[in-house]
Amino acid sequence: MIYFDNSATTKPYPEVLKSFQQVSERYYGNPSSIHAFGSEAERLLQQSKKQASQLLGVQSDEIVFTSGGTEGNNLAVKGIALQHQNRGKHIITTSVEHPSVLEACRSLESLGFEVTYLSVNEHGRVSVEDVQKAIRENTILISVMHVNNELGTIQPIEEIAMVARQYPKLYFHVDHVQGLGKTGLDLSLIDLCTMSSHKIHGLKGTGILYVKRNTSLFPLLHGGSQEASYRAGTENLPGIVAMVKAIRMTKENQKNNMQHLKELHHYLREKISEIDEVVMNTPSESAPHIVNFSVPGYKPEVVIHALGEEGIFISTKSACSSKHADESAVLTACGHSHERSSAGLRVSITYDNTKEEGARFIHVLRNVLTELKEVMG
Amino acid sequence: MHYDHILIRYGEMSLKGKNLKHFVAKLYENVRAKLHDYENIKIKRNRNRMYILLNGEEPQPILERCKDVFGIQSFSLAIKVENEEEQMKKAVQYALTHAKNTKTFKISTRRVDKDFPIDSQAMNRVLGGHVLSNTEGYKVDVHDPDVEINVEIRKDGTYITSEKILGAGGLPVGTTGKSLLLLSGGIDSPVAGYLSMKRGVEIEAIHFHSPPYTSERAKQKVLDLAKQLTRYGHKIKVHIVPFTKLQQTIHREIPEGYGMTVMRRVMLQVSERVAEERGILSFTTGESLGQVASQTMESMNTINEVTNYPIIRPLVSMDKLEIIDISKRIDMYDISIRPFEDCCTVFVPSAPKTRPTREKVLQYEERVDFTDEIAETVAGIETVEFEEKHTQEEDEFSDLL
Repeated sequence: MIYFDNSATTKPYPEVLKSFQQVSERYYGNPSSIHAFGSEAERLLQQSKKQASQLLGVQSDEIVFTSGGTEGNNLAVKGIALQHQNRGKHIITTSVEHPSVLEACRSLESLGFEVTYLSVNEHGRVSVEDVQKAIRENTILISVMHVNNELGTIQPIEEIAMVARQYPKLYFHVDHVQGLGKTGLDLSLIDLCTMSSHKIHGLKGTGILYVKRNTSLFPLLHGGSQEASYRAGTENLPGIVAMVKAIRMTKENQKNNMQHLKELHHYLREKISEIDEVVMNTPSESAPHIVNFSVPGYKPEVVIHALGEEGIFISTKSACSSKHADESAVLTACGHSHERSSAGLRVSITYDNTKEEGARFIHVLRNVLTELKEVMG
Repeated sequence: MHYDHILIRYGEMSLKGKNLKHFVAKLYENVRAKLHDYENIKIKRNRNRMYILLNGEEPQPILERCKDVFGIQSFSLAIKVENEEEQMKKAVQYALTHAKNTKTFKISTRRVDKDFPIDSQAMNRVLGGHVLSNTEGYKVDVHDPDVEINVEIRKDGTYITSEKILGAGGLPVGTTGKSLLLLSGGIDSPVAGYLSMKRGVEIEAIHFHSPPYTSERAKQKVLDLAKQLTRYGHKIKVHIVPFTKLQQTIHREIPEGYGMTVMRRVMLQVSERVAEERGILSFTTGESLGQVASQTMESMNTINEVTNYPIIRPLVSMDKLEIIDISKRIDMYDISIRPFEDCCTVFVPSAPKTRPTREKVLQYEERVDFTDEIAETVAGIETVEFEEKHTQEEDEFSDLL
């Protein structure tokens, strides 16, 4: 099997699974229980938080453990909007955000908030100038993703942060779900940042929302005072420990194996571009793990099934928006034709994918397209 | 060209005469311990300055760590070049163009090495003229510059530094002796420990633990606080006193209103034994005048009677809010506010005497003989040591994380 759908989810590291199991077996106490067994779990929780904060270069009270990317984005967007609506009711985001940001924004529109959805250029990149121009007296939040989940486009986060900084009334949120472990991001520049465990070889159901000190949020979940009351509910300690371990191991990979990832990415992007029927969607300057391309005239589902028969797994647009119409909203936002936007395919790799897998994929893809040409081309 | 070392300026200790050497040596030791895991760096010292040679390491994380080391007045990132005009020009230009948010600048040359042919004033003009004609958008402002670039021409080379970054101040920990910190787990005592460390004091902590009236977590909280203190003091020993028996005796034998006063007196007596044994010459407490019943003038007078050891009270004149500010700044607050009771709160009477007298307390204590129980308690003390670089827990959970 060749698994090239790592932006949808990743295979958990065996070491992460082992920690998950050990914590589930040995530290099942509730960190809020006052007995020694609960206390042990609480210490493990604190230690996990401390290690996560060190790995991310932030303070440990700035880490809020969540159930994943969707919750992190919702908590950031709705949490800021509801908490700070007295300052203003205007939000700025882009048209290529993940649905968990876009739909959260739309839900706020129904509550009387105004949202500006900035358009992007053909590479899916938002312009810093547009962000600056969109800021108003009543803007309370800017939410921009770091790496686009469909295209791999990297947004100019640092430059936007510099702009946002001039407006002390507004908060800047970054969806870093696709960027974590693949591209650097200086968290000190931003106020809120979403991360997810299962995209970096951790487990589903865990994530982190970085919340800069002295940032207040309206919680999505009310209840106990866990996670400094940002998020009530008994902590998912095995998942949390697993995530922290996954961050550590992924960061090690990022440090040691980045060159390999970049080479494989470059190879795939070049070889795919060489195929006649293909239009490349991922810009040459992009994150090192996503290659998005269209094969106009070919139904992407059919290509995916044909590849699947050969044991190769890639995807159409992001798994989260796949249930909607047949067109990729992101590709449409880049200004591409309907034909191109409805024929997008995404290859997403990770550190342990090999050059051989890349070569076999190219070989099979070529064969598949040739075979299908007779029917569809 | 890049910043190749960090220049460290000494604080108050630079005023020391003959024993300056001792202070510098201690600071050197503390900086080394702080940076133990940076294998590439080199630290050099002399009577006036310390230098961290980066050898390719990123300066920023090193700076951040050193901000916790007492005895350092300020830092600057610096470039060292030979005493040669062209090299100085290049370095000054680098320093200016790498300073953030800078439009105006000033160059201040100090020619320590009088063998260098050009004097300070002339050098200011030479270097200023060079950068003005080789950069764009910068102006000279000698009165209120965005950045002041210092050029020090010394025998061993010229040091070019830009912005001054404030250090923690104070004296190097370990230069002014040892004190025994009465560490309760509240907000005040860790701050008191921190502030006495600022004056160069090495801290050992003593904590009174009364299981099952106080929980394991209350003890853990204290250990976590002590661990956090190692950021500023490198190594900390915590003496955990099994206090249950003494506390029960006090509760049983002493009238309720005086229970707290007697408890404090007994604590000091136990502490004095520990101090004697360990060659410690003073106590440090988090008392702040008038804050609670045990911290009124009368209480202090009555409690203090049992010992003639000096008691350092760094917080004595501080407001609670000022203490909380420091506690937050030094990352103690979140630990301190964990809601576990300590031995001072469990047995506290509903109405403790705020104006106890020495006569009364002696009269009550006469009926009870604490000698044996104190001896037994002291014998049962358990000591834990924390070192900044590795704490127990990290070892305990490291296989999981």
